[in-house]
Amino acid sequence: MKILVPVKRAIDYNVKVRVKSDESGVELSNVKMSINPFDEIAVEEAVKLKETGSATEIIVVSIGPDKAQETLRTAMAIGTDRGILVKTEAPTDLGGVEPLAVAKTLKALIDKEEPDLVIMGKQSIDDDSNQTGQMLAALLNWPQATFASKLELSKGKALVTREVDGGLETLSVQLPAIITTDLRLNEPRYASLPNIMKAKKKPLEELTPQDLGVDFTPRLKIVKIKEPAKRQAGIKVESVDALIDKLKNEAKVI
Amino acid sequence: MPVYTAPLDDIRFVLHELLNVETLGALPDYEDTASAELINQILEEGAKLCQEELFPLNMSGDQEGCHFDNGEVTTPKGFKEAYKLFAESGWCGVACDPRYGGMGLPHTVNFVMQEMICSANLSFGMYPGLSQGAYDAIYLHGTQAQKDLYLPKLVEGVWSGTMNLTEPQCGTDLGLIRTKAEPHPDQDGSWALSGQKIFISAGEHDLTDNIIHLVLARLPDAPEGVRGISLFIAPKFLSEENNKENTLRCSSIEHKMGIKGSSTCVMDYDGAKGFLLGEAHKGLKAMFTMMNAARLAVGMQGLGMAEVSYQNAVAYAKDRLQMRALEGTKYPDKPADPIIVHPDVRRMLLTGKAVTEGARALSYWVGMALDTAEKSTDPQAKEEAEDLVAILTPIIKAYQTDMGFEIANLAIQVHGGAGYIGEYGVEQYARDARITMIYEGTNGIQALDLVGRKLGQNFGRNLRRFFHPVSAYIEKNQSNPELSEFVFLLAKGFAKLQQSTAIIAQKGLKDPVEAGAASVDYLRQFALVAMAYMWIQMVEKAQEKLESGEGDQDFYAQKIKTARFFFTRMLPEADARFKMIMAGAEPLMDTAESAF
Repeated sequence: MKILVPVKRAIDYNVKVRVKSDESGVELSNVKMSINPFDEIAVEEAVKLKETGSATEIIVVSIGPDKAQETLRTAMAIGTDRGILVKTEAPTDLGGVEPLAVAKTLKALIDKEEPDLVIMGKQSIDDDSNQTGQMLAALLNWPQATFASKLELSKGKALVTREVDGGLETLSVQLPAIITTDLRLNEPRYASLPNIMKAKKKPLEELTPQDLGVDFTPRLKIVKIKEPAKRQAGIKVESVDALIDKLKNEAKVI
Repeated sequence: MPVYTAPLDDIRFVLHELLNVETLGALPDYEDTASAELINQILEEGAKLCQEELFPLNMSGDQEGCHFDNGEVTTPKGFKEAYKLFAESGWCGVACDPRYGGMGLPHTVNFVMQEMICSANLSFGMYPGLSQGAYDAIYLHGTQAQKDLYLPKLVEGVWSGTMNLTEPQCGTDLGLIRTKAEPHPDQDGSWALSGQKIFISAGEHDLTDNIIHLVLARLPDAPEGVRGISLFIAPKFLSEENNKENTLRCSSIEHKMGIKGSSTCVMDYDGAKGFLLGEAHKGLKAMFTMMNAARLAVGMQGLGMAEVSYQNAVAYAKDRLQMRALEGTKYPDKPADPIIVHPDVRRMLLTGKAVTEGARALSYWVGMALDTAEKSTDPQAKEEAEDLVAILTPIIKAYQTDMGFEIANLAIQVHGGAGYIGEYGVEQYARDARITMIYEGTNGIQALDLVGRKLGQNFGRNLRRFFHPVSAYIEKNQSNPELSEFVFLLAKGFAKLQQSTAIIAQKGLKDPVEAGAASVDYLRQFALVAMAYMWIQMVEKAQEKLESGEGDQDFYAQKIKTARFFFTRMLPEADARFKMIMAGAEPLMDTAESAF
C-alpha cells in the first residue's frame, strides 16, 4: 500500500507572530520555519503504518520555495521514502497559495502516483484554513475522515476515531480515502541521527505548478491583517453601585 | 522553574558565517557531512532532544541523586529512559568512525552537541562523555580485535566506558599509582588487576548492559614512576567468557557538591581480568590522547554551564520587578521596573553574553582545527592545526570552566535571595559547574601545561600558530576605520601578551618557580586576547552583514555592542594580569610555610 502525505513549511509554533507594519501579512523574514505540527503527526502515522507492515511506500509532498526541501528532508528523516516539491515563490500562508490550489495540486499528484491513502494535517498553523483535506476528497470523489485521533486499517477499510464536539465518533471509510489528523493521533518521534543522514540521500523530485497544470493565482484578496487589540488596563471601582453603573452605562452589558 | 533554549541562531552564526564550517567538506571523509543544511538539521534535532528530554531531568536528577545498594548504582528517575532514547537515536557516535557504526560527522558538530547537552543536563552528559573517552583510547591504541569487540557497542551506546586513573594517594601525580597487574591465572595472555580506584565517573550505573573500564596499573617488571604505567581494558562482564562477571566492583559512591546525577564511584579490582591496551609501560601516553580530547570536552561543559546560567539570569532580570530605574521610571504601568534596567545587572548579564558568544566562537574554531588535524592530507595544514589545538586546549579547558562557574555565580547574584534557594535552579548550576574547574587536570595544572609544556613544545611553534594569525590580522586591519576602535585594543592586548610570553620564557628557563608563579595569570591573559581575536572577527562579519542588509539586522547590530562591552569592560583584565605576572614569584614564595 502506498501512502501520500502532504506537508507544509509553516511558521514555527514557538515563534511569537508579528504582523508586518504595512498590515499586508505576517512577518516571515528571519523567522524560524518548521514542518506544520499537524503534518508531522500525519508523517508519524504513515511511518508507523509502514513499520507495522500495512504500508510499503510513503511519498511526502510539499508546495513552497526551495527551503521547503528542508521540510521534506525532515519528513524523510522520520521515515518517509521519497519527496516531491512543487516549487513556487508565492507565499504559502494567507494571500498566497490557497487551499483550493493546494487541493488541485495534490489531486494532480495523486492521479499520477495513485496512492491508496492520503494522511494529512487537518490544518496548518499559519492560516488555519482547515479546508484542503475536505476539498481534496471532493475533487477526487474519495471518502474523507477528518480530525482523526485514532486510525486502524483492515481489509481495504480505515476505521477512524474522530474528535467531535460531543465526544468521539468512529467512522469506517473505504480506501482510497483522505484522512486528516488531529493533535492526539500520536506523538511524533525524534528523528534519529542515522535517519537524518539517510534522508539526505533519498530521492527528491522537483516539479512546477505548470508541470501539473495548476494555477496558483489567488482568488481571495487580503484587505489587511491586524494584531488583536491590546487589553486595556483595569480600574478599581469604589463601590458596588459604581460597578453596576459602569456595567450599565459604559460597558452596556446589563 | 529554570529555562533553556538551545542558542541555535548564535551557533549557526558561528558555524556558517564566522567559521565557514562547510569548508570541512574539502577534507576526506567529510565530503558528505559538512553541508550547512545537514548540520543545521542535525543540530535542530539534537537541540530538541536536549531541551525536551534531558533538560527536564536536570533539576530532579540533582534532587534525587544516584542510589547505591550493595555494589549496584541506580541513576535518578528518568535517566534510563532518556539514555535509551539518546543512544537509540544515534547520539553516542556523532563523530565516531562509520566503520564501527559511528556517524562520521566532524568533531566541530560534536562540540556543538556537547555544549547543548551540558547546558541541558551536565550529569547526564557524563555517561556518554566517558564512553567517548574510552572509544578514543581503544580506537587509537587497540588491536583490531579489541576495536571490533568494543567500538561498535560503545558507539551504539549499549556499553559505556570509564577512565580509571585516580587512587587515594594519587591524583595529579600518576607516577604514584599502585594498582598491580599480574599474569592472570587463566594463562590466556590477560592480566589480573588488583587495587582501588576512586572518583570514577560512571564507574557503575544502570544505563547500559556492560561497562568497559580503562584502568591504569603497573606490570610486575614496571619501572618506577610514570614510565612504568600500562593501560588495561577491564570489562564489567567478560563477553568473551559468556558474560561472566569480572572480579571488580563498585564499593561505594561519593556524596558530592554537584553533578549528583552522575555516579562517582570507588572501584575495587580484585584480580579482575584485564587486557593490555597499547604497549606495556606506555599507558600514560595512551591515556593522554584521550585526556586531551576530554579536556576540550570539559571546556565545552564550561561553555554549556555559562550559557544556561546566562539564560536564566536574563529571564529573571526581565521578570523581577523591584525599584525604579536610576534615571526615572521606565515601566509606569507596572508597580516597579524590571531589574534589567540597572547598570550593575546589565554588567552581570553582558558578562555572560560576551563570555558565551566569545567562547563559542573560540571553541568551534578549535573544533575545526581538530578536524583538520585529524583528516587533512596536507602535512603543513595538519601540523598547523595540531599545534593550534595543542596550545589552545589548556586555555579552553581552564578559561571556559572558570567562566562557567563565574557566570553561574553571577546568575545567582542577579537572582538575589531567589538564587540561593533551590527552586530557581541557578544554585545547582554553580554547584555543577564547580567540578569542571577541577577534573581532567585542575585549572592550575592546565596553566602549568600551558607554560611548562605547550609554550616550549616544538621550539615555540605551537605559539606561533596562534600569534602569527593575530599579528597578521592586526596588520591587515590597522587602518580599517570600521574596526579601528577594536583593532587598537586588540593590538595593545596582544603586545602585552607577547611581552609576558617573552619574560616567562626567559625567566622560566632559569627558574621554573617563576614560570609556575606566572602560569595562572598568564593563561587568563592569553585567554582574554584569544577571546578578543574571536570578537573582532565577529564584529567584522557583523559589519559585512549590516552593510549588505542580509539576515537579522538586530542580531548583527547587537554583536557589535556586545563586542564593545567585551573590549572595554572585560579585556582590561588582561592588563591587570600582566602586572601580576610582572610582580614575579617573590610575593608568593617569600612567606614561610610556618606563617600560614
